[in-house]
Amino acid sequence: MELIVYGIINSITLSLVSLGFTLVYSISRVPNFAHGALYITSGYLTWTFLDKFAGFPYPLAILAGIGITSIVGAMIYQFILVRIRGMEISEIIATYAIGLAILEGLRWGGLRGMTFTLPAFFTGSVNILGASVDYQRLIIVGAGLLTFALLYLFTRYTKIGLAFRGIAQDERAAMMLGINSDMTAVVSLAIGSALAGFAAILLLPLGNIVVETGYNVLIFAIAVCVIGGLGSWGGVIVASFIIGFAQILTEAFISAHYQMVVALLAIIITLLVKPSGIFGKQKELEERV
Amino acid sequence: METMMRKERIDRGLKVRTEGIYAINSAREILYLMGPRLLLIAGLLALPFVFEFAPYWKRVINIMCAYALLAIAFDFLANYVGLVCLGGAFFTGIGGYFAAIYNVNLGLPIYLSIPLATVSGALLCTFFLLPCLPLRGVYFAIVTLMYPLLFTRIIEALDIFGGTNGITGLDSFPNPYLEHYAIIIIALVFLFGMRRFVNQDVGLVLRGVKDNDQSVKASGINVTRMRIIAVFVASFIGCFAGAYIAHLYMWAGISLFALDFSIIPIASVVIGGGGTLVGAAIGAFILVPLSEILRAFGTFRIVIYCIVLTGFIVFKSEGIMIYLQRKYHQFERWVKV
Repeated sequence: MELIVYGIINSITLSLVSLGFTLVYSISRVPNFAHGALYITSGYLTWTFLDKFAGFPYPLAILAGIGITSIVGAMIYQFILVRIRGMEISEIIATYAIGLAILEGLRWGGLRGMTFTLPAFFTGSVNILGASVDYQRLIIVGAGLLTFALLYLFTRYTKIGLAFRGIAQDERAAMMLGINSDMTAVVSLAIGSALAGFAAILLLPLGNIVVETGYNVLIFAIAVCVIGGLGSWGGVIVASFIIGFAQILTEAFISAHYQMVVALLAIIITLLVKPSGIFGKQKELEERV
Repeated sequence: METMMRKERIDRGLKVRTEGIYAINSAREILYLMGPRLLLIAGLLALPFVFEFAPYWKRVINIMCAYALLAIAFDFLANYVGLVCLGGAFFTGIGGYFAAIYNVNLGLPIYLSIPLATVSGALLCTFFLLPCLPLRGVYFAIVTLMYPLLFTRIIEALDIFGGTNGITGLDSFPNPYLEHYAIIIIALVFLFGMRRFVNQDVGLVLRGVKDNDQSVKASGINVTRMRIIAVFVASFIGCFAGAYIAHLYMWAGISLFALDFSIIPIASVVIGGGGTLVGAAIGAFILVPLSEILRAFGTFRIVIYCIVLTGFIVFKSEGIMIYLQRKYHQFERWVKV
């Protein structure tokens, strides 16, 4: 029973982390290798507001952290990616370089060791089906489900959300209908970064803010997206449940060191068996040579 | 009304003359063709003597050439095959560990361990990268990004191959000149060899794979097989650099999987000029000494590379080499529109 509860929590954690990446990829076709860096940026900013400016209320610090992160994301597109749009090699190198610059810059700026932590929203824990779960993890599950719901409504009932789906399905046709592709891409990067920041705020209280987390987050996000099918949102949820439970099971029965091996093995098996991922049906022809 | 002016670029007469058989007509034409190449070769060969009295910088020459090899491998994969490799450290790590195992655990001498490590490392790297070769898109970049991180974790977690301490006690090179010239000559061989390779039939097909894989496939050529060849060649170069570095430091550890080996080659290629191969090497010759000067900054060096790299990719994507080539072959003048 414990395994199921922890598995569900872990899966929702993973899907929170990867939603931002898949949103950006599905709309702007930019593989955002700076995703992990944005995640850490948001955590670090929130910490700065809390720690450096004493008396800053926590909710406000969170809002500021997420807000600045999303502006950073939008600026990355507006000033850098827009100039190299469509050149795949340059896009990959540029986002990777930006991500590295942020992460290693933070490391150089003193983001090391155990001093950087965010407080949990509420302390304490409850007993669910024999497993002790602290409130922070419960909030993660709740916020995760809320995020899915909001994203679903956003992409179906708002104008920008519908534009997102249009661009994701067929960029040319969407442009003919008057949807500005660059504008939606900027907004998608802003929202994607905000999602990364939101996940960071929820998850970082469980541990320390360290640079390595940035790399791990990027890798798990990519693993989930590849398995679910790059750019498929339903796939993200299914894939994060697969990886989430696989990780919890290996942790319980083998060793916690293998979490990343699980992610990589899952990617490789997916690439061998069904390269377009679980839900990547319509893109299947495009991706296999 | 003011007259509109436009910049016009015209090939130099000398360039046009040397393109044909007339190149052998006069010493001037021959010099025009051979000059830059000879300058590069002679300059590299002379480097160990130039820095004779600066032993620290003599070591930098070796590292510089090793990075140049990695940069050539990256340039070849990215601009001739269309595969972006974000993990050059994967090649150096595998090559370095193989060299250490052959040399320390099996007791093979250095002149056997480096070549063997190169070949077996290249085979292993190609094998690990196989799953993403039949696919197009970002999968190759994703998988190569993950492997160095993954191998670091596995070695740390399982405590194999010496764990975090690494394998120590590799043989060093018998004398310092061999140490320098081994890498300088091999870097030159690979540089000019790859320039030929990409113009052979195989190279042309590989470029076809980059530009339009469907048409290559329609010509009855197996795209995956071509990519396997390309990845083997690139990882061969990378593993050699790794094996050499392991022997140079007499140590193979998880820092062979470090980020430096991934990002410096990429930065070199972008700065030097993608698709020229020489540009990749020249980029490494600029960046690696710069990185030594900036050693005091620690990880901030990576930030500097990344910013320079992004700047070049956005504002000056042609790179230094293509700029220089243009200046060498063409002159510019203003003409009325």
